[in-house]
Amino acid sequence: MNTNKVRSNSPFLLAMRRFKRHKLAIASLALLLTMIAMVILAPLFEQLLGVDANHVDLFNQKSAPSAEHPFGTDELGRDVLVRLMYGGRISLFTGLIAALAAATIGTVVGLFAGYFGGRLDALLMRFTDSVIALPLLPLLIVLAAIDLNKLGLPASVVESEMVSFYRIIIIVALVGWTTVARLVRGATLSLKQREFVMAAEGVGASHMHIMFKHIFPNLISPIIVAVTLSVGNVILLESVLSFMGLGIQPPMPSWGNMLTNAQELIWDAPMLAVYPGLLIFVTVISFNFLGDGLQDAFDPKAEV
Amino acid sequence: MTRFLLMRGLQSLVVLAVMSFVIYGLIGLMPGDPIDLMISSDPKMTAADAARLRTLYGLDIPLYERYWNWLLSALSGDLGYSRLFGQPVLDVLFPALRNSLMLLGTAFFMAVVIAIPLGTLAAAKPRSATDYSVNLLAFAGISIPSFWLALMLIMFFSVTLGWLPAGGIAPDGSSFLENLRFIVLPAITLTIVSIGSYSRYVRSSMLEVLRQDYIRTAKAKGASGRRIVWLHGLRNAMIPVVTILALDFGFLFSGALVTETIYSWPGMGKLIFDSVMGNDFNLALVALLFATAVTLLGNLLADLCYAWLDPRIVVGGDET
Repeated sequence: MNTNKVRSNSPFLLAMRRFKRHKLAIASLALLLTMIAMVILAPLFEQLLGVDANHVDLFNQKSAPSAEHPFGTDELGRDVLVRLMYGGRISLFTGLIAALAAATIGTVVGLFAGYFGGRLDALLMRFTDSVIALPLLPLLIVLAAIDLNKLGLPASVVESEMVSFYRIIIIVALVGWTTVARLVRGATLSLKQREFVMAAEGVGASHMHIMFKHIFPNLISPIIVAVTLSVGNVILLESVLSFMGLGIQPPMPSWGNMLTNAQELIWDAPMLAVYPGLLIFVTVISFNFLGDGLQDAFDPKAEV
Repeated sequence: MTRFLLMRGLQSLVVLAVMSFVIYGLIGLMPGDPIDLMISSDPKMTAADAARLRTLYGLDIPLYERYWNWLLSALSGDLGYSRLFGQPVLDVLFPALRNSLMLLGTAFFMAVVIAIPLGTLAAAKPRSATDYSVNLLAFAGISIPSFWLALMLIMFFSVTLGWLPAGGIAPDGSSFLENLRFIVLPAITLTIVSIGSYSRYVRSSMLEVLRQDYIRTAKAKGASGRRIVWLHGLRNAMIPVVTILALDFGFLFSGALVTETIYSWPGMGKLIFDSVMGNDFNLALVALLFATAVTLLGNLLADLCYAWLDPRIVVGGDET
């Protein structure tokens, strides 16, 4: 009871303490960090096993697990374990970057709508409502299928290896910003009435200064929660598009495109269809638990 | 109220009109164009022929003029022919729509029937073992990639056990049982994916209701816990849930794209995918617009349900 040091109760520490009570979120965080470490260290594993992620070995297709290939090989004789790691790199990286990009758009839209109010608010929010009311998946398919040559992009861009990666991020950012925009607008509306904002207005701070220096810092924790929860969704979207052949293009592996041929594989090499999907599932559920834990920690009033 | 709905309806129409132009433009950006397809199928065609065809089909005029011409003929009922099916677009669209409604209706019904008791049970005893289990299930349902779930179900029930067909639809005139065999797997896939979010809506709405004064009144009058939850609680908790479900039905319509494609279920989702991938411009355009219209309608319906079910709500009062 009698501690010799004074316990500080900053909101952040309180949140951390609440977060630690959420066992599933802690476990998810640990799992995700392990997974991120694994995918970063993919080249190391590649060296250790003495295999090459893109090395095609047609004499060794769909082989059973062995010392050289712990998870066996795929339909082109490539090592499954190493490809899963490289695929994880792409899938996790796409998820994080695209979720951040979407959140950035959403934050700007929400801040402007909430801060300036009036006609701008009405216009931006009707626009947001309209985007929310669109059939997401069919539009994503169309956007993913666009011929970039017809957009007048230079050939060097269109033919580069990374183009499918950037394309996914742009597409997801274009459709995924709405949740954050609504959230930020709502929070901005109430923050605008607070004394510290009035004080800043009183001393003549510019709109931009008030929005980004005074209001935005107060929005960071809800935005972090929203981003964490959306990473899972983005990974799902990426995997669906890549699975259908419209996302990340082979030979670059992603968990989604490793399943593209799965419909034939389930007949003779079912495990090849199991691993990538299982990893997507575990990753997405971990991000969702983590987001849930952060939400409880930052906004205890929302939970009962 | 009427004014509010009129405004929302008008807004939906504006969105639909804007989207028709956007989709028209996007379809034009698909790889390949109709003339290229004709050239590849007819080796004797010369460059001059191609140019003549371009003029004939009006492909040399600006986008907005082409769009306007398309819109005028579409509004007069001429939606063109589907290249893939060699039939008028609507003749392809209607059977697909029927198949989709059959699948989505079944899945939606199952998901709702399972999710309502699950969510209510969880909310009746917050932080109990039941609550945690339902929560875990809900998270699993939200997080599972639908296409992978479909693959796993096919692997287990079609490949390993050989009980159910791996895809397709029963031929016309088949018995009810035969139809059932084909619909089971896609319907289960869609159900599992939807249960998660539905049971969470029900749970949170129920928790909100159970905090209300009238629930305390019912308790004070001596109503049993079960009666309070399942009678007083559920009826009121359903108001926001029905709204969200109406919203979701529109989305389910397009979200079934992946499931339909994997199971080769000839519905709207598969039709959209096939037409976009197969350069069937006329069909893709109309199918996408139709999906947009249905989703917008779902949203409108959600607003309507909300206003209609809850007598306390006066929408579009003074501030709208």
